[in-house]
Amino acid sequence: MKVIIGLIVLWPLVGFLFNGLGRNIWSKKVIAYKATGYIVASFIFSVLAFLNVQSSGPATVHYFDFINTAGFKIPFDLKVDALSSLFLLVITGVGSLIHLYSTAYMKEEEAPHYARYFAYLNLFVFSMLLLVLGDNYVIMFIGWEGVGLCSYLLIGYWFTNATYNYAAKKAFIMNRIGDLGFLLAIFWLIVKLGTVSYGTVLTAESLAKLSTSDITAITLLLFVGAMGKSAQIPLYTWLPDAMAGPTPVSALIHAATMVTAGIYMITRSNILFSASEFTQHVVAIVGISTALLSATIAIKQNDIKKVLAYSTVSQLGYMFLGLGVGAYSGAVFHVITHAFFKALLFLGAGSVIHAMHHEQDIRKMGGLKSKLPITHITFLIGCIAIAGVPPFSGFFSKDEILAAAFAKSPIYWALGVIGAAMTAFYMFRLYATTFLGQFRGTHDQEHHLHESPFAMTLPLILLAVASAIAGAIGVPELMGGHHWLSHQLAPIVGEAKEAGLSASTEWALMGVSVTIAVVALLIALSIYRKKADGEPQTALGKFLYNKWYIDELYETIILNPLNKFAGFLKEVVEKNIIDGAVNGTGKLVQYSARQIRLLQSGQVGYYILFMVLSMVLLFIFWFNDMTILKFYYKLTH
Amino acid sequence: MFLLLFLLIPILAAIALLFIKKEQSVNLIAIASGLLTLLGALHIILNKTGNYDASWLPILNSRFLLQADGLAKILILLTAISFPAIFIATSNNQTNQKNVFLSLMLLTQAGLMGVFLAGDALLFYFFWELALIPVYFLCSIWGGEKRITVTFKFFIYTFLGSLFMLIGIILLYSNTADHSFLIDSLKHANVSPAQSATAFALFFIAFAIKMPIFPFHTWQPDAYEQSPTAVTMVLSAVMVKMGLYGIIRWLMPLFPTAFLAHANLVIVLSVIGILYASFIAIRQDDMKRLIAYSSIAHIGLMNAALFTHNQVGVQGAFIQLFSHGINVLGLWIIADIIEHQTGTRSMKALGGLAKKQPTLAILLVGFAFANIALPLTNAFVGEFLMFNSLFQFNPWIAAAAGVSVVLAAIYTLNMVQKVAYGEVSEATNLMTTPNKNAQGVLIVLLLIVFVTGVYPQPLFDVTADTLKQLFVK
Repeated sequence: MKVIIGLIVLWPLVGFLFNGLGRNIWSKKVIAYKATGYIVASFIFSVLAFLNVQSSGPATVHYFDFINTAGFKIPFDLKVDALSSLFLLVITGVGSLIHLYSTAYMKEEEAPHYARYFAYLNLFVFSMLLLVLGDNYVIMFIGWEGVGLCSYLLIGYWFTNATYNYAAKKAFIMNRIGDLGFLLAIFWLIVKLGTVSYGTVLTAESLAKLSTSDITAITLLLFVGAMGKSAQIPLYTWLPDAMAGPTPVSALIHAATMVTAGIYMITRSNILFSASEFTQHVVAIVGISTALLSATIAIKQNDIKKVLAYSTVSQLGYMFLGLGVGAYSGAVFHVITHAFFKALLFLGAGSVIHAMHHEQDIRKMGGLKSKLPITHITFLIGCIAIAGVPPFSGFFSKDEILAAAFAKSPIYWALGVIGAAMTAFYMFRLYATTFLGQFRGTHDQEHHLHESPFAMTLPLILLAVASAIAGAIGVPELMGGHHWLSHQLAPIVGEAKEAGLSASTEWALMGVSVTIAVVALLIALSIYRKKADGEPQTALGKFLYNKWYIDELYETIILNPLNKFAGFLKEVVEKNIIDGAVNGTGKLVQYSARQIRLLQSGQVGYYILFMVLSMVLLFIFWFNDMTILKFYYKLTH
Repeated sequence: MFLLLFLLIPILAAIALLFIKKEQSVNLIAIASGLLTLLGALHIILNKTGNYDASWLPILNSRFLLQADGLAKILILLTAISFPAIFIATSNNQTNQKNVFLSLMLLTQAGLMGVFLAGDALLFYFFWELALIPVYFLCSIWGGEKRITVTFKFFIYTFLGSLFMLIGIILLYSNTADHSFLIDSLKHANVSPAQSATAFALFFIAFAIKMPIFPFHTWQPDAYEQSPTAVTMVLSAVMVKMGLYGIIRWLMPLFPTAFLAHANLVIVLSVIGILYASFIAIRQDDMKRLIAYSSIAHIGLMNAALFTHNQVGVQGAFIQLFSHGINVLGLWIIADIIEHQTGTRSMKALGGLAKKQPTLAILLVGFAFANIALPLTNAFVGEFLMFNSLFQFNPWIAAAAGVSVVLAAIYTLNMVQKVAYGEVSEATNLMTTPNKNAQGVLIVLLLIVFVTGVYPQPLFDVTADTLKQLFVK
């Protein structure tokens, strides 16, 4: 097991070194084969690890001590159990497909940059695997910041573009704010428990050692970390900007895997979160608010990737709603199905952008249905899946979260259904504007429209199949299934609590949410089948189009004041006050020196006088045990 | 006896250099001397070493005692890595009278080695000044336009601090039973609590100026900016460590009570300094000044961690002393290459390095992320342990200091963006030929960054004895 788990992590690292160091050596063909091959190898070993967990239960392996000093120890341990092995499959599985897709999508890049791209992508997979495999919070944190680094590097992949660089920097900094919360939570655990290993922290005994306020503080701080990584209010604004990166990156990092790290972290720590009612409410409220806020924004966006980005933020919000109401396996379920259909949608968008020669504005598309048949049909499957239409995968996972939300509070449920309706609406607005109606681009673009090569369509097809059928892993008993997933996760998150809803209530809830979603998507289809959105006319339209002016708000109330403050410190405090005081002292000394020089009159009498005076002073200070200094001593004690 | 080599090698090389003019041989001798010292440093890291003890100033009963515990060893290693690295990286730079320049540099190295090895307070003071004097000449002869005023301020400021320390040393010495400057005698000096507190303050001021910590820091950005970059590297990679080393070696064992009594004050001051310097770094346009303020912030954290008197935090500071030296050295070498090839340090005028010299840009990104303590770089381990100790001291103070983690990302990534990314600027366009020597050095340093970042245990093991000694009950 030690070897298998080690290799899962090491393959992508080898790939990173191979392409990173050999960027000027290898041909593009070698780069592509190697980069994809290492991830596929990692996938194969992940399958082995998964099967091993199925047959002989979870395993923890120790490699070395990362830190071991003065009785304080952070071991470098990795662990596979039901939760991490599922994430392994998603990361390496979807990761392999996206690497394959990238080999064609990035074809235009020159070899050294092509190698750089794949080196970053491999390094990302390495970090992400470390994040989910780590057996303590510090190893998780290593992966946590590692994925942030890769996200930064990939968003700014086209580094000559200043806007992209800003987006990359913004992503890293906002993530760092979250990371600080995570770090403080780790310190809190160390102070109280002396360890950060899951095996010790996440037990009833440890829980008993923590006071309620400890648990609330720790979980809130962890949640701050999750807010950054998983783009929740107020730290979500980096994710839409992160779309500056190449589209496969958006699919892998900013949709399928990295942004779900927050959900993984909370699910991993579910014992702690379940012990704090307050934090659970915060998580649920932040989750549903984010889900709704970003859904409203998505309705008015015209950039194909921006719509998908806000949709991702919104879906992550659903997952947090699930976590907040205690539906941990529901949230993980949604992570998995979302990984499939959102990766599919992004890759589909990439295929469209590829065909349109880097056009991303859906108002200039339309009628692509016949030109890009495979992209069209797979994209449609993705839309149906995310809209929550049975029996596609999104329906099952979303419904599980909504049912749990209802059990906690019907308000959560109602808001969730409103969000689901908006989701169906904006996704089908996107679908209809892009694929239906007449082509609205230039003649030149139309002439060049083509379906993408096989290396791109194959991942689309496979992900479409997964998006369609992945619901099978969590068919509720209500429908005659036996919910394989929740049984899998039971050892980690406990047996799914009975929602306490009668079968008829559950059927009714399901019926209502599906009906509303279907109505919403039909409305969207009928509006946008023929024409695209124009410029927003109404005040509300403009407000949503401009994303609630949140970026502008942050700039006015946070960035500008901080920048001014820094300038004030630099120009006024540093120059005038602190250095001023130092220079002033210097000048004073010079001045006194000039005055004292007058005393040096050459008359011996003066000299003797000063000598005696000094001796007396010295005597008083030194041998009388320093009265003044005693006073000072008293002050400080 | 072996320890004496760390003084003899650089001093002999320094003397030899005075008689040689040919640039190539000058470089060669300096580098050879540096590498020889490095071999010696590796030797004492791997093997046990005896002390060197000889009579010195018998009239004062001061001993020429050289000793190296774990902490001294890693600082000697840092010094021994830094000097040859600097010599190699700057070997292509044009410098007037290069033999004198390098000779003074080697004297500085001898002074630094002496500071880390001295087991006698007077000897320590002697080396403390010895390290400063060549630096004064280096800056005032080879420095930038404003070198005279800046160097004068730097010299007076730090010299004043040293004088305070000397008074402190004499105060303790005059109260020892056996009239000795040895650390054990000073520890048992018969002083009243008030005298002890005074001596503490006198020592502390010297160290605080040297590090420097807020608000004693204003000499530093000017000095770093105006010094020739090779000297800046010495100042910032090694010399500022003298202050922290002084705290660990002298302040902690000699004044245990006063040390704890002043913890609150010093830690608050340090944390203010961390944030203050980080904020100012955000607004810098000059690469050297940015790195200088960033360094003040990092040093402030180390100082705060020492004053928590938490074993794990102090251990974090130990290894950060080493790691910070490596990282900041890397940044300075890059800044030096850029300044030499473009003629500017203004980040506004730079940009597009990634296009013009991809390898250098990659190295810059590597050191930048080490500077912000990304996990698996060397700085993470130290910072993690130090923040942890601050948190145990007071969660609110730790949270406040933690803001610097975010601020560091802001100013460091600003630098990366302005220097490395974007279109190739007019200035960057001048960077036609990569400096292979310097890049070689940078690659070695970056390897150290990752190796000690992934597996820091050897650093813990080496310094374990110092830690044990400090916290012995």
